[in-house]
Amino acid sequence: MSNNSELSALFDRGYEHGFVTDIESDTIAAGLDESVVRLISAKKREPQFLLDWRLRALAHWRQMREPHWAHLHYPPIDYNAISYFSAPKASGNAPKSLDEVDPKLLATYAKLGVPLHERARLAGVAVDAVFDSVSVATTFKARLAEAGVIFCPFSEAVQTHPQLIEQYLGSVVPYTDNFYATLNCAVFSDGSFVYVPRGVRCPMELSTYFRINAANTGQFERTLIIADEGSHVSYLEGCTAPMRDENQLHAAVVELVALADAQIKYSTVQNWYPGDATGRGGIFNFVTKRGECRGRNSRISWTQVETGSAITWKYPGCVLRGENSVGEFYSVATANNYQQADTGTKMIHLGANTRSTIVSKGISAGHGQNTYRGLVKVMPSAHGARNFTRCDSLLLGSSCGAHTFPYIESRNAQATVEHEASTSRISEDQLFYCQQRGLGQEDAVNMIVSGFCREVFKELPMEFAVEAQNLLAVSLEGAVG
Amino acid sequence: MSAPLLQVDGLRVSVAGTPVLHGVSLTVRAGEVHAIMGPNGSGKSTLAHVLAGRSGYAVTAGSVRFDGVDLLAMAPEERARAGLFLGFQYPVEIPGVNNAYLLKAALNARRRARGESEIDAFDFLNMVRAKMRVMQIDEALLTRGVNEGFSGGEKKRNEILQMLVLEPRLALLDETDSGLDIDALKVVGRGINTLRSPERAVVLVTHYQRLLDHVVPDQVHVLARGRIIKSGDRELALELERRGYDWLLEAAAAVA
Repeated sequence: MSNNSELSALFDRGYEHGFVTDIESDTIAAGLDESVVRLISAKKREPQFLLDWRLRALAHWRQMREPHWAHLHYPPIDYNAISYFSAPKASGNAPKSLDEVDPKLLATYAKLGVPLHERARLAGVAVDAVFDSVSVATTFKARLAEAGVIFCPFSEAVQTHPQLIEQYLGSVVPYTDNFYATLNCAVFSDGSFVYVPRGVRCPMELSTYFRINAANTGQFERTLIIADEGSHVSYLEGCTAPMRDENQLHAAVVELVALADAQIKYSTVQNWYPGDATGRGGIFNFVTKRGECRGRNSRISWTQVETGSAITWKYPGCVLRGENSVGEFYSVATANNYQQADTGTKMIHLGANTRSTIVSKGISAGHGQNTYRGLVKVMPSAHGARNFTRCDSLLLGSSCGAHTFPYIESRNAQATVEHEASTSRISEDQLFYCQQRGLGQEDAVNMIVSGFCREVFKELPMEFAVEAQNLLAVSLEGAVG
Repeated sequence: MSAPLLQVDGLRVSVAGTPVLHGVSLTVRAGEVHAIMGPNGSGKSTLAHVLAGRSGYAVTAGSVRFDGVDLLAMAPEERARAGLFLGFQYPVEIPGVNNAYLLKAALNARRRARGESEIDAFDFLNMVRAKMRVMQIDEALLTRGVNEGFSGGEKKRNEILQMLVLEPRLALLDETDSGLDIDALKVVGRGINTLRSPERAVVLVTHYQRLLDHVVPDQVHVLARGRIIKSGDRELALELERRGYDWLLEAAAAVA
């Protein structure tokens, strides 16, 4: 190619969020035992019920074994080499407003493009930012409060709305759920909490920005969103981390509860550091996300764009309990260089006439391995349940892999379950066609890949669809050539 | 006479080790329309693809100059940005990529290459709509995926629409007439004529002379078995229509 220098300039751009913020942190010693859990709980002045719950989770976790059924290969994780809590050192108490937040932190978020402060007002997005283990700033609290929406750091909600926490925490993902979720229950540090009251349409997009900064720490945040009857909320999370040669563990839990006629739209743009081109470093992302459509006519929609992490293990699912409830899962997952992704969803149909839609787009490049793993389970009570699943895989190059494991368990003869799958490569014809119209090879590939992902991107809130598209382009740089 | 826009000299091309073009020479000047005709498998499409820079073809001898520059040294996208357009015989579908989006990206790539700024979105839409009316293309096709689910005729008209938007200096149209009914042929012919100007040239690759009823060529060449075996004017096309290719092939064989 004659424009090699251009291409390599693009390629060298690489991971843009790989910087480290030099900020004093309060990090506890590595290792995990009861005293660590008690320390975390004490630091947060948690009520007894929460400490008890954490301790039950820890005890349970000790009986569990790390699962290895996923199509993933990675060195063993030493859970005692990880520090389970790290927080930027604050002078005195937690910040009460943005003005009290350490300017270095604000600068970090500005660098990342997170719209705190005035930019947030312009963008109309309320942001909760989680830096290492603690939530540092929540914007737009006042305007949301007017609408009756509670949007705050999880640890704050524990203080201000303990009854909601006690009622809903662990009600979708119990502390016994799985190895990583159980670990999270024991040591989770912070995260976001949302409650949208009955009949309220949340006046703006809510957003959480997660950032891992400190070395040798794990990040274990926990998000709980409750949409009361007839309410609506759209929520977006974004994630980045510095570039490091060591792997770092991220084991989050997200629980969504939609009561009757409520709707929750949860979008993720995950761009944790994926490791370098040789597969060194990167985030191990083991995440449990589940929503329950508890009331009739409720709806939960997961949209995820997963471009980062060395290892991705996540299956955002929906428990469709309410009659006529709807679950959706739209996913784009990329695996470039030595990234491995094993992701998909679980749709559990319990109520009558429940419906679910699954659209998964997997892109593999370099030596990347991309697996779709999905479960559609229809219980005997789910008369008239319907599911439609489509899994498309796109391969760039010949050293990568795409794998599909759809599990279908239907215990109701009236249920309709459809599954379509395809695997394709970017064809020489498509590439040449675009080049003949004047597009460079890299641009042509990006355009074709974006087209492949279009069905998913159009589900994202508009301001993030563009970001997702750009991110995808960056994560696939150098994939064809 | 003006300097040639396209100068092909003794071009020899192999595909997977098999020679397909055995020394093709062709001179096209700005303002001219050339038709390259010939039986199936004569190398017509190969010639068009080699000129556009498609991979998989090995040039073993000869040269091609486009506006005085070595065309074969350029990447396909550079050729396009320099003003060379290929209308495809089988336009490929690109699912999910908006037709208008590709068109705008293509136009802006060409404009940037000429040192111009990107086109205003509003101006672009007005311009494209006007050209769609010329090509009698339903506006709904603008927002569909590129060629996705288009009928054969829609794909061909879409190719000509792209050509009209990009305003190339040289348009190579590879069997644009194949698979078109008489009405569509007329529309396509009108589209091509719209582009004709003293600064531009068109090379039509075709089996049949019927497109030439609508787009009258200045020169007609017969390409057979990898060689141009006869060149002439409009009359040659009409004669081919009456007599077929065999008499020419026999004559060429006798000379060889």
